[in-house]
Amino acid sequence: MTAIPMEHGLALAAALFVLGLVGVLARRNIVFILMSIEIMLNAAGVAFVAAGARWAEADGQVMFFFILATAAAEVAVGLALVLQLYHRFHTVDADAASKMRG
Amino acid sequence: MFYVFYISAVVAVAATLLVVTRTHTVHALLYLVVSLLAAAMVFFTLGAPLAAALEVIVYAGAILVLFVFIIMMLNLGRHAVERERAWLAPSAWAGPTALCLILLAELFYVVASGGGAEAAAGATVGPKEVGQALFGPYVLGVELAGMLLLAGLVGAYHLGRREALGDSAGEGTQ
Repeated sequence: MTAIPMEHGLALAAALFVLGLVGVLARRNIVFILMSIEIMLNAAGVAFVAAGARWAEADGQVMFFFILATAAAEVAVGLALVLQLYHRFHTVDADAASKMRG
Repeated sequence: MFYVFYISAVVAVAATLLVVTRTHTVHALLYLVVSLLAAAMVFFTLGAPLAAALEVIVYAGAILVLFVFIIMMLNLGRHAVERERAWLAPSAWAGPTALCLILLAELFYVVASGGGAEAAAGATVGPKEVGQALFGPYVLGVELAGMLLLAGLVGAYHLGRREALGDSAGEGTQ
């Protein structure tokens, strides 16, 4: 049984990352933007795990855990910002907060 | 075992594509859960069982539950019963269920074939090696991740709290 080539794992990561990037660029609902950022972070994790599996080292999974911790902190702050946006503007449209004060 | 990776990869990409193209937030979340579960399957076939377990627990469990919680908070009130009924329509959950059934079939196949990930990836990197790496050369990174999570906790608390104070302060100044 041959092993899965690393290129295939990286191709999967690239496809997921591009889908997440398209989501960030195309959607204006801020919840969708946050979800797309999660997809992109997860794609980066897939790339790290695929590369770690290529050399059978634990480093890839360690980097994945750091990405996981970053994603958890980011989503906590991001969702608090979503709540703030909704309470201030009564919408989840990211363009509603396009103007700065002062 | 070899094809489990490719089927999971196709499921992950299809579910992610559906996440980006949905108009309804909850439908997108359902597909996002499927996408993350498929990614966990990919990790398992790549010989990273600990990463797969954490993907299910932290990503598909904790982070997605946070998303669902926030969406429920945003839509509080207003025709709650009709909306719940509309969400339970078969068209809403048929797609995610079909993709999940593919993953479930893969899970059964993996368990039936002995549960070894060694066949797909060159070698399995088990939890023991990862733990030794985490608390050996990467211990400073673990500390920094802990501080980052603490900062995220404080920041989320601050942002969530100022909303009440900010509203009353805003009304006071107007």
